[in-house]
Amino acid sequence: MPLAGGTMPGKNSIVIKLVIVITLCSTLIFAVTLGYNYYRSRVILEKELENNARNLAMSLVYRVETELSAVTKVTEGVASSLETGRYTERELLSLIRTTVEKNPEIYGSTVAFEPYAFSAATRLYAPYYYYREKGKIAFSRLENSYKYVPYLYWDWYQIPRELGKPEWSEPYFDEGAGNILMSTYSVPFYGKSGTTKKLKGIVTADMSLDSLTKLVSSVKVLKTGYAALLSRNGMLLAHPLKDAVMNETFFSIAEARNDPSLRKLGKKMVRGESGFIHYKSLVGFSSWMYYAPIRSTGWTLAVVFPETELLENVRNLSMIMAAMGFAGLLLLITMVVYIASTITKPLRLLASATDEIASGNFDVELPTVRSKDEVGVLAHDFQIMMASLKEYIKNLTETTAVKERIQSELKMATDIQASLLPRLFPAFPDRPEFDIYASMDPAKEVGGDFYDFFFIDDTHLCFLIADVSGKGVPAALYMMVAKTLLKSEGQRLGEPDQILNCVNKFLAVDNDSCMFATVFCAILNTETGDVRFANAGHNPPLIVDSQGTRYLALKPGFVLGPMPDTVYEAERIILQPGDTLFLYTDGVTEAQNLEEELYGEPRLRDALQRAAKDDITEMIHCIRAEVTRHANGAPQSDDVTMVAIKYRGVDAK
Amino acid sequence: MHEMTMINTTQRNHKIWRELRWISVLFLLLLFCAVASPASAAETSLKKASLMPLWSPQAQFAGYYVALDRGIFARHGIDLEILKAGPGHSPAQALKNGTADFAVLWLTTALQYRSTGTKLVNLAQIIQRSSMMLISKKSSGIRTITDMNGKKVGMWGGDLSIPPHALFNQFNIKVREVPLTHTVNLFLRGGIDVTSAMWYNEYHTIINSGVDPEELNIFFLNNQGMNFPEDGIYAMEKTIHTDPALAKAFVSASLEGWRYAFAHPEEALDIVIRYMHEAHVPANRIHQKWMLDRMRDLIMPGNIQGTLGILKEQDYEAVGRAMRKDGLIRSYPDYHAFSRRYDAGEK
Repeated sequence: MPLAGGTMPGKNSIVIKLVIVITLCSTLIFAVTLGYNYYRSRVILEKELENNARNLAMSLVYRVETELSAVTKVTEGVASSLETGRYTERELLSLIRTTVEKNPEIYGSTVAFEPYAFSAATRLYAPYYYYREKGKIAFSRLENSYKYVPYLYWDWYQIPRELGKPEWSEPYFDEGAGNILMSTYSVPFYGKSGTTKKLKGIVTADMSLDSLTKLVSSVKVLKTGYAALLSRNGMLLAHPLKDAVMNETFFSIAEARNDPSLRKLGKKMVRGESGFIHYKSLVGFSSWMYYAPIRSTGWTLAVVFPETELLENVRNLSMIMAAMGFAGLLLLITMVVYIASTITKPLRLLASATDEIASGNFDVELPTVRSKDEVGVLAHDFQIMMASLKEYIKNLTETTAVKERIQSELKMATDIQASLLPRLFPAFPDRPEFDIYASMDPAKEVGGDFYDFFFIDDTHLCFLIADVSGKGVPAALYMMVAKTLLKSEGQRLGEPDQILNCVNKFLAVDNDSCMFATVFCAILNTETGDVRFANAGHNPPLIVDSQGTRYLALKPGFVLGPMPDTVYEAERIILQPGDTLFLYTDGVTEAQNLEEELYGEPRLRDALQRAAKDDITEMIHCIRAEVTRHANGAPQSDDVTMVAIKYRGVDAK
Repeated sequence: MHEMTMINTTQRNHKIWRELRWISVLFLLLLFCAVASPASAAETSLKKASLMPLWSPQAQFAGYYVALDRGIFARHGIDLEILKAGPGHSPAQALKNGTADFAVLWLTTALQYRSTGTKLVNLAQIIQRSSMMLISKKSSGIRTITDMNGKKVGMWGGDLSIPPHALFNQFNIKVREVPLTHTVNLFLRGGIDVTSAMWYNEYHTIINSGVDPEELNIFFLNNQGMNFPEDGIYAMEKTIHTDPALAKAFVSASLEGWRYAFAHPEEALDIVIRYMHEAHVPANRIHQKWMLDRMRDLIMPGNIQGTLGILKEQDYEAVGRAMRKDGLIRSYPDYHAFSRRYDAGEK
């Protein structure tokens, strides 16, 4: 049964194959789509982010610069008025005081003079007005309040002095003002002595950085992002790491974390570069940062966007898409399983039905498929096929029964036909003067060939061989008629030509089917060896005598049966004792092998020449074997019939 | 405490029961102290002493703070107070005035005071070599000491200017001296061409203000033949006469403190930073770590483990000669008169 296993879907099942292939392909397509979507979203987001970050940073830079420039302008104004005008001490003090009073962003201001620059009498002079707590303006003399190191050597004085240009100091904590973060803007001013400019002193304005750091710290960047402010030395001025503010520089943090890339970044910042980078923030998140310089102070402002938050939406979207995709995939698999099952279930049922049918059960119930798809068509065709098969098998059974009956009847006919021919050999054991032997092998169940031999009187043996046209039952029936007629007429008339003339007349009457027979009829005088014979279109027999083996030259004669007026002539030969007459039908000479080569008369003659001369039984068997060998298994269409008669003479007794 | 008990017993009055109660409380306290610190069991009273370092708390003085915090001084029988130091405080002056029993001084300072008649003695030489350096930016083109001729050089005032002065004299160059205070900003902004710096302090500050070592030219005075040993422990000769055991114990405790600090750097940093916070000094841990690491290099140069605190005679003589040559001192005392080795180095 080739359909074994059809009912049990294994790993080769269409359903499983479909599910695996579709799941893998869908997952792959979906994953690629999702990944690409995530990547593109990220890229777009980053691009957008850079702009946002730059805008945010620049707006902050602008606000810081605005606050700083208010202070720088005022301070520079004071310096230039000190250069152009002449001020008494009172006017100077009033100028400084007014500067502090009128400019709330200025926490304190001084005009610190070079040694003896204010007056030849005093070495150092630096009046200082500043806000004390509760908004009251206080006054002090810096030449006195700096006890250990004179003001001349402080950064706010020394750096602009040495550089000869205004400078913002590195931010510092002013303990006197209640520990607020300050930066001092210092502007050198000059006096003219002759043609050369000479430094007279430094004008300063202290600015509280509280508002600036508050401004920067208050910037909300998403939820956990932040803005930061760094000094020119990389000192953290405003940063969410409160402990690090004014205690750690970007570089000390880099050293503590042993992170050279952080140091490189810090260097870029303090060099006044700007940029947009992806890095791990000091707070410890993977972040995006835009940094830009505050030109007037050399500080750096940075805005930091935590990556996780930025990508939160994209990630959420991706997660939702992934969930949807997963659900979709499950649905898809379910559908695939369902559809595949609707296809394969009838197929499986059909397969098992086929098993049943194959085992011969045509009454098995076929699955009903309602769908009109290919499976439906298949099931329908299957139904028709089964019905046809059933019908065919039924017919076949009937036909076979009929055929079997005919077959058995034919077998019987064959038996009957065979029994009609003399088959008992030796046929005349009491007649030593001659031997006769014959054989007939019908090609079909019933043949059209026949032979016969009988005594007409005591010394005359009639023997004949015939071949009826056509095959099968009609030929057999015709043969029966012909044989019966030939025997009865042979016994009545005793002359071969007369026998044939007479039988021809009988057969020709009402011969509508135009059947005919070839007949060679001969009568042997057993005493003399004289043989008279007549031929009705039959193959010439062979004579085997002392001179060899040759075909008998005889008149052909017309076949028996179709024409009533045909006249046959008798001829005669004398057989010497030991001579053999060999009769045959065309089944011998026209035996074909697989190459459709005929056995042929020359071969037959040669075979007879070789064959045993004494024993005609042996001779016929030998020829039969030759013919069979020649045919070499090729089916034969004609009966093979042979008759051999050997005259031994009267003395053979 | 023992003294207090004596006073109480001499002032006998009627309130004996009350006194007895006091005594019993004190006795219990003593007992408790004896159990808590077995080392001081033999000596039940701590001697009060004071130390003034060169500067406000930082890792430069880690050994003393660690010894104080870990109770090492107490174990050596000293109830130590570390005095406030920094701007406006001169440890040498404090020794002279008697406000401090011990002080951390540079050898140069000590010799100057000694030459003006202040009888200081060196109890231990902590920093073995000069950690002072001159730094220029490579961009300034100053590649040798000679290149500094005529350039603006930032110099600290007082004793800290002695080594560079000696160096410039040796190279026979004149520089434009610009007084330096406590920041490196003048150098960073380009106000001076060369700055003085201590290896353990300003140098690191410059590096951590964003200047790479590769961008700097560095001149260690030590490498220029100016090996002036720096921080040492000093006391007045008088103090040692009065209580030689105290001086010995102080040095032992200090050196032990240093050893402990080097063996437990993180703990030492914690202690130092705590003292810094108490003194309201900004404390940057990585900077203090650098400082402590450099202290190890300066205090224990090479592999002479276990021999901390020795003032080598040849170093002493070299400094004395150089200072005399530069006219900073007229004479310097004999090494053995100046250096009292109370090292506990062999411990």
